[in-house]
Amino acid sequence: MRSVWALAATAALSLLAFSTTTFAGEPKQGGILRMYHRDSPGNASIHEGATYSLNVPFMPVFNNLVIYKQDEPQNTMNNIVPELAESWAWVNDNKTLTFKLRQGVKWHDGKPFTSADVKCTFDMLMGKSQQKFRQNPRKSWYEQVNDISTNGDFEVSFNMKRPQPSLLALLASGYTPVYPCHVSPGDMRTHPIGTGPFKFVEFKANESIKLTRNTDYWRKGRPYLDGIEFTIIPNRSTAILAFVAGKFDMTFPTEVSIPLLKDVKSQAPNAICEVEPNNVATNIIVNSSAPPFDNIDIRKAMALALDRKAFISIMFEGQGDVGGTMLPPPNGLWGMPKEMLETIPGYGPDINANREEAKKLMQKAGYGPDKHLAVKVSTRNIPVYRDPAVILIDQLKSIYIDGELDVVETANWFPKIARKDYMLGLNLTGNAVDDPDQSFYENYSCGSERNYTNYCNKEIEKLFDVQSQETDIAKRKKLVWDIDKKLQEDVARPIIFHARTGTCWQPYVRGVTVMTNSSYNGYRYEDLWMDK
Amino acid sequence: MFAYLVRRLFLMLVTLFGISVVIFFLLRIVPGNIVDILFAAAGYVDPADKANLEKELGIDQPLVVQYWHWISGFLRGDFGYSYVSEKPALQEILPRIPITARLAGLALLFSASIGIPLGVISAVKQGTRLDYALRVVSLSGLSLPSFWLGLLILTAAVAMFGQIPIFNPNPATWLEAFATYAVPAAAVGFRSAALTMRITRSSMLEVLRQDYIRTARAKGASDAAVNYKHALKNAILPVITVIGIEAAFLIGGLIVTETVFNIPGVARFLVEAIRWRDYPIVQNLVMLIAVVVVSANFIVDMLYAVFDPRIRYTD
Repeated sequence: MRSVWALAATAALSLLAFSTTTFAGEPKQGGILRMYHRDSPGNASIHEGATYSLNVPFMPVFNNLVIYKQDEPQNTMNNIVPELAESWAWVNDNKTLTFKLRQGVKWHDGKPFTSADVKCTFDMLMGKSQQKFRQNPRKSWYEQVNDISTNGDFEVSFNMKRPQPSLLALLASGYTPVYPCHVSPGDMRTHPIGTGPFKFVEFKANESIKLTRNTDYWRKGRPYLDGIEFTIIPNRSTAILAFVAGKFDMTFPTEVSIPLLKDVKSQAPNAICEVEPNNVATNIIVNSSAPPFDNIDIRKAMALALDRKAFISIMFEGQGDVGGTMLPPPNGLWGMPKEMLETIPGYGPDINANREEAKKLMQKAGYGPDKHLAVKVSTRNIPVYRDPAVILIDQLKSIYIDGELDVVETANWFPKIARKDYMLGLNLTGNAVDDPDQSFYENYSCGSERNYTNYCNKEIEKLFDVQSQETDIAKRKKLVWDIDKKLQEDVARPIIFHARTGTCWQPYVRGVTVMTNSSYNGYRYEDLWMDK
Repeated sequence: MFAYLVRRLFLMLVTLFGISVVIFFLLRIVPGNIVDILFAAAGYVDPADKANLEKELGIDQPLVVQYWHWISGFLRGDFGYSYVSEKPALQEILPRIPITARLAGLALLFSASIGIPLGVISAVKQGTRLDYALRVVSLSGLSLPSFWLGLLILTAAVAMFGQIPIFNPNPATWLEAFATYAVPAAAVGFRSAALTMRITRSSMLEVLRQDYIRTARAKGASDAAVNYKHALKNAILPVITVIGIEAAFLIGGLIVTETVFNIPGVARFLVEAIRWRDYPIVQNLVMLIAVVVVSANFIVDMLYAVFDPRIRYTD
C-alpha cells in the first residue's frame, strides 16, 4: 500500500513538474500592452498615410488578404501567409491572382466581411470608385492591376495588365489592409473599423490611442492581450525615461537610437533590445535639371566624395549598412553583394583615391582650390535629416564644394522639392516592402510622384518591367543588381547609408518579432503576450 | 471709477480685435498650410488632390472671407472643426483647458507662496548670509531653463525612486494625483518664484526706507507688524504687476513643461496645432488665451485701484 502512495506521489510531482515546464512558456491571456508613441498621427487611416506612425497603432485593427508571417523577422515571398484570404492562386499565365476568402469574418461593427469589401478597397486605391481617399500615396502600387472582379461573396480576383509576382508582396504589407465598404473614408480617418485582432476605442490627438481585444476575432484564441494603449510622447528623453521607470512595456518600434540604447541598457539592464535595419535609406537628391548639377561630372564627383563609413560611425557608432537602392544582404533580399558594390565609383574602400578622382572631375568642370562651387544643401528641419546633411557638407568641402545648410520646415519640404526649388537635398527614403518593384517604380520611374529628382531613363525603365515580370527569383535578383548598379552610377539618387535602429521591451513581454527588412509590416500584435 | 472701468473695457475690446487680426494674418504668413503638411507626411504632392482638399477645408477662399467666417463663428461660439482630428475644435480645446489651468494656477501659487515670503525675508535680512543664500537661489531660478530643470527632475526621480512623475490621467493615489501637477508646476514655477522674490525684495527695500516705516517703528510697532502690515502692503503693487505678467508668460513656460512631463494641456496642443497649421485650433486657442491674458490685465488694473485709491481718484 505504501508503495502505491509513493508511486502516486511521485506521479503527482512528476505531473506538476511536467505541467510547470510545459506551461511556463505557453502564452497567457490578458493584460494591456502599454507602449509610447513617438508622435500624434494625423489620422487613423493607414491608406491615407505614408508613415509607420500610423501602421504601429492601427495595423492591429485590420487584416490584409495576405500578410508577412508575424513571427518571422525577414519578409520574404515564402513567409507570406493567408489572412482574410484562405488561399490564393496565379492563373491565366500569371495575369490573374485569385483569392478564396475566409467565411464567417465580421467587421468590428458586426457586419459580415465579403468580397465586395476587397473590391471596394482596391477600387478606391486605384482611384476607380465614387468614394475617394483625401490622399492616396500608394496608388502607383496597383499600376499593373486592370480591375478587381468578384465571384460570389468569397472569391476575388486581381486582373493584371501583365504578370507581376511582387503584387503578393505589396498585398502582404502593413500598408495594405482591407477596408469595409460600408464605412466612408472620412469615418475611417477618425474611427477605423476593421476585422483585426483589436478594436479601435479612441484616439485623442497628442495624448493617446486605445485599442481593445476583439472578442469575436476569426482566429480563435487570439489575440492574447486584452488591449493596447499608446501614450503619445514626442519628447524622446521623457519617453525613454518612462520606459526605464517601467511605465511602458515596450518602446515605440525602431525608434531607439544607438546612443539612447546605451542609456536604456545601463539604466534598465533587464530590458531586451534589438537593433535591426529599418529599410530607410539616407540619400542625396540632386536637382539635375538646373546648373550646376545638370553637369554629370559634378554629380559624379559628389558621389565619389562620400565617405559612407564615416557617416555610419558618427551617427550610429558603426551600426549601419552601406548599400545601393535595395537594402544590403543579409537582411535585405535584393541588395547587391559587397564585391559588386565596391566596383561602383565612390563605393571603393580607398576614400582618398576616390576624392582625388572627384577633384579631377571638378577641375574638368571648372572648379578648383581657387574657385569653389557654392551650393545650398536643403533638408528637413529634423535631426535624422539635419545631422547627415551637416556631415555631407563637411565631406563635400574636400572636393571644392562649399555647402550651406538650408533647413526647411516639414510643411515646406515636399512642395519645395516638387517645384525643384533646391540644388542638393538630403533625404530619407523608407521602403515599406523589401521588393524592387516598390522601390524602383516609386522612386526612379519617369513621372512618379515620389521621383523627386525627375530622373528619367527609358532604358532602365524597360529593365524595371523585365525584372518585375520575372518569376525566377535568381534571375530577377541578377537583373535587380544590374539596375541598382546602374542607378548608382547614374547618380540618380546617391544612397549614403541604410540605418539601423533599436526596439526595446520589458522581459515579460513575449512574442515580439522585430522585422529586419521593413519597419512597416510587423505590428498585428495578435501573438504578443505578457508573462506576468 | 465707472468711467475708468468703461474705458478699460473699451481698450480691452480694441486690443482683442487687434490680436485677432494679427493671429489670423500671422498664421497665413507662415509658409505652408495643413494641406502641404498632409502631403509632406504622405511623401508626395498631387496637385489635383491638393486643390480638392484646399477646397474642402475652405482655405482656397480669399483671406478676408476666411477671416470673417472665423471671427463671426468665434463670436457665436462656433469654433469650427479641427483640420487634423476632424472633430469640433471646441471639443478638442475644452478638455485641455482645465489641465493647463490647474498647472498654471499651481505654478502661480508656488511662485507667490515661495517668492513673496522669501523676498520679504531677504529684504528684512539684507546683507546677511541668509540674504546672500536666497539671492543665489533666486539667481539660479532665473538662470535654469524650465525644460532643463524638468528633465533633471525626471532623471533624478527615475534614478532615485525608480518612478517618473509624468502625467497620469487616472492616478491611483492622491499622492500620484498631486505629483502629476505639483512636480511640473514646481519646475515651471521656480523661475516665476525667483522673479517674484527679487521684485518683492527690491520693492520691500525701497519701502522699508520710507519715513512712515521709521514712524511706525518709533511708535513701537513690532517687526512683524512693520514688515507685513505697513511695508508689504505698500510694496506689493509691483509684485502683483509681475505676477500678472508672469501669468501670461507662463503659457510659454508651460509649452516646454507640458512637453517634458507629457501633460496633455493646451500649451503643448497649441504647438502641435501650429506644426500642423491647424488654423481653427490655433486661431481659437490663441484668441482664448488672449482673452484670458487681457482679462488678467484688466483684473490687475482693477486690483491696482483697490490697493491704491489714488488710481481711482486720478482716473
